[in-house]
Amino acid sequence: MNDEIPPRIDRRLAIKWMLAAGASALLIDPLSRAQSAAGVPLYEFPGGYGKDTDLVKEHKPGEFWRLTFTDTVRRDVAALCDIVVPADDRSPSASALGVHDFIDEWVSAPYPAQLKDRSIVLPGLAWVDARSRERFGRAFADAPAEGRLALCEEMAADAAAGSPLEAPSRFFRRFRDLTAAGFFSTPAGMKDLGYVGNVPLPRFEGPPRDLIEKLGLSDEVKW
Amino acid sequence: MAFVTPLTTSESYDVIVVGSGAAGGQAAYTLTMEGARVLMLEAGRNYDPVTETPMFQTPDMAPLRATPTPDKPYGYYDATVGGGWSVPGEPYTNASDDPARQFMWYRSRMLGGRTNHWARHALRNGPYDFKPRSRDGLGFDWPISYEDVAPYYDKVEMLIGVYGSREGLENTPDSPDGCLLPPPKARIGELLARQRGRRLGIPVVPIHRAVLTRPLDSVAIPPKLHPGNAKAQRILAEDMRNRAACFWATQCNRGCAIRANYQSTTVHLPPALATGNLDILTDAMVREVPVDDTGKATGVVYIDRRTGLEHRVSARVVVLAASACETVRLMLNSKSARFPNGLGNSSGLVGKYILDTVGTNWSGRVPLLEDLPLHNEDGAGGLHVYAPWWLYKEQLAGKLGFARGYHVEFGTGRGMPGGFAPYVPDEGGRTTFGRKLKDDARRYYGSHVGFSGRGEMVPNDDSYCEIDPKAVDKWGVPVLRFHWKWSEHETRQAAHMQRTFSDWIEAMGGVNTRKPAQDGARAIDPGGKVIHEVGGTIMGGDPGRSVTNSWSQAWDVRNVFVADGGVFASNADKNPTLTIMALAWRAADRILDEMRRGNL
Repeated sequence: MNDEIPPRIDRRLAIKWMLAAGASALLIDPLSRAQSAAGVPLYEFPGGYGKDTDLVKEHKPGEFWRLTFTDTVRRDVAALCDIVVPADDRSPSASALGVHDFIDEWVSAPYPAQLKDRSIVLPGLAWVDARSRERFGRAFADAPAEGRLALCEEMAADAAAGSPLEAPSRFFRRFRDLTAAGFFSTPAGMKDLGYVGNVPLPRFEGPPRDLIEKLGLSDEVKW
Repeated sequence: MAFVTPLTTSESYDVIVVGSGAAGGQAAYTLTMEGARVLMLEAGRNYDPVTETPMFQTPDMAPLRATPTPDKPYGYYDATVGGGWSVPGEPYTNASDDPARQFMWYRSRMLGGRTNHWARHALRNGPYDFKPRSRDGLGFDWPISYEDVAPYYDKVEMLIGVYGSREGLENTPDSPDGCLLPPPKARIGELLARQRGRRLGIPVVPIHRAVLTRPLDSVAIPPKLHPGNAKAQRILAEDMRNRAACFWATQCNRGCAIRANYQSTTVHLPPALATGNLDILTDAMVREVPVDDTGKATGVVYIDRRTGLEHRVSARVVVLAASACETVRLMLNSKSARFPNGLGNSSGLVGKYILDTVGTNWSGRVPLLEDLPLHNEDGAGGLHVYAPWWLYKEQLAGKLGFARGYHVEFGTGRGMPGGFAPYVPDEGGRTTFGRKLKDDARRYYGSHVGFSGRGEMVPNDDSYCEIDPKAVDKWGVPVLRFHWKWSEHETRQAAHMQRTFSDWIEAMGGVNTRKPAQDGARAIDPGGKVIHEVGGTIMGGDPGRSVTNSWSQAWDVRNVFVADGGVFASNADKNPTLTIMALAWRAADRILDEMRRGNL
């Protein structure tokens, strides 16, 4: 695929892309692809990681398929990620954990769910770029902090069906989900959520006694 | 003897076992421990769980945060190799374009087959489950009863290690002393579901799963399993000592490098190899079971997947354990002058009565489980409790509108966050982001409860597989074509599940995210989706109405046995794997007896 985002883009064109993206997404339902007309399953996706990889090895984005973002877009994505998941006293920001590269890997992948997201995210990023240049005269990553936030607020609002912000709002919801998913599945993000597992234990003790009592429960079992 | 190549196989064996999963593993174990010389053929590659299992890898080390893709439908870290809903170059087809009549077929191409990734649910069928027609007039009775299989359930539980409790519930058999390991403590959400389930009359008890909650008793068990066989006892005792108990981390579907749960590759095959009686040939796709002039099977013809070349190997007995549908394919593709419609198919029933499990899902959010104090809920890498079917009497009295029962599996808690967006409310349609996103994600983490119903399907004439008249795999071998139809017994059951789960969420003080489906046909998973497919070579008492006899032996070809789920004449709501193993052990005992008597 050769659809790098042009550095400047007409805003109406960006919206057109997004509406088109909404329509094409309906064509990529994995179950509807389960069988071709001849009844032969089409669950094979050349260009993916395949069905027999080294599961023990740590993988980096870009190892299995070519990434999409240009340096400019990558900077915008990192800036957007950090508005969606900023640093606080419990954990760092999303870009500090490389979540923007995870999003690049995601929208570059050859599978149906990711192709659908690509058709939402790439036009959305183009819209963000166009909007930022229109309002601030520069790329999103270089816009003033309050301007970046205002632009995100604009996309976060509940857009009425058919309004010009419907597609940007849909993009932002999906981008938020991807950023949060990417962030909370890192060790730092898991720790932030309060996940304390993935360590070997000599015994499984069950829930804390005071929690069982607080909820008025009993943990007696027969054996 | 050990891992062999097409050039180093012996010319002849006592028994050839086709497949290396639950059925093939158990058959090979029983046969080799009792002295038979066995060749096991596996279509997939060799696989070593000790070195290949991603035990502590986190999602950020995997592509796409380890989320499911068509290449790995159960996530990147799932143990399945070479398969999933498709196997490259090895298609299957569906006869109908109707979305409601599709069958999905999950396969793997690896030593140990699907046992490497299964959920380890190890439930016994109950007495009703072997005689369903006698109870409600539908489907088929098995030619055997619970009492025939019970001793084998005992043995399999002792061999593989199963945790669970004895509850004295209807048609939910208790195991004798010494069979089960202690169940793990329930998680907080499971305790809440149990308390609130009681208000709805739903019992919640420890599930049975093949995970070692403590080391197996390597002193007491081997003499019980192999009386009078000192060598087998010694090998098994040593192997049991090499299996660690669960260390309460990592999901079982990744496989287990410390051998704390059951998979064929960590439990059946190591002791079988240690006997010196087992040869294993991987990347060997069996294409045909040839027969001689007297109608006896002579061995198998297989394709070496690495070279595409065909080879033959002979044996006195052939055990088919390729998985129910793959065994059907092999039998139907084994045509000869003597068996023009396929091996063992004089009844015309090979491929008929394919059964899956009825499945439907539900989830809700339970505020009582928000903002809980930090604690580790990984547990045994899967379910600790479940709800066995509880409405036998109402069903028998005809009050439910569907004939067979279901059990409920449910997941709660604070498992390892995967690559899915955490729940946040997005109040007023506004997309939550920033600090509020972080706060909300923390608050709601672990507060969802998800239910899966697992119900019994009644056999029907519209659910079967056959050889596709046109399609072939990459070696030119004809492939399966599926026909599928759920009856109202299944769709009404699925609707009942939906109502039950939504009531249950409410009883937990929770919030359902949608309304239960009134029409079960909309809620039910596609055929095959639960990966409990059985039938196709059903056992029976009449050669005209079944493919195998009560010993899982083909009526038409007495040196061919079916050890996999193909012989199931019904598919109880209980997950089939434990019963597959029990019947495979029983069939292997029969083979040993018949060989000793000179009948095979």
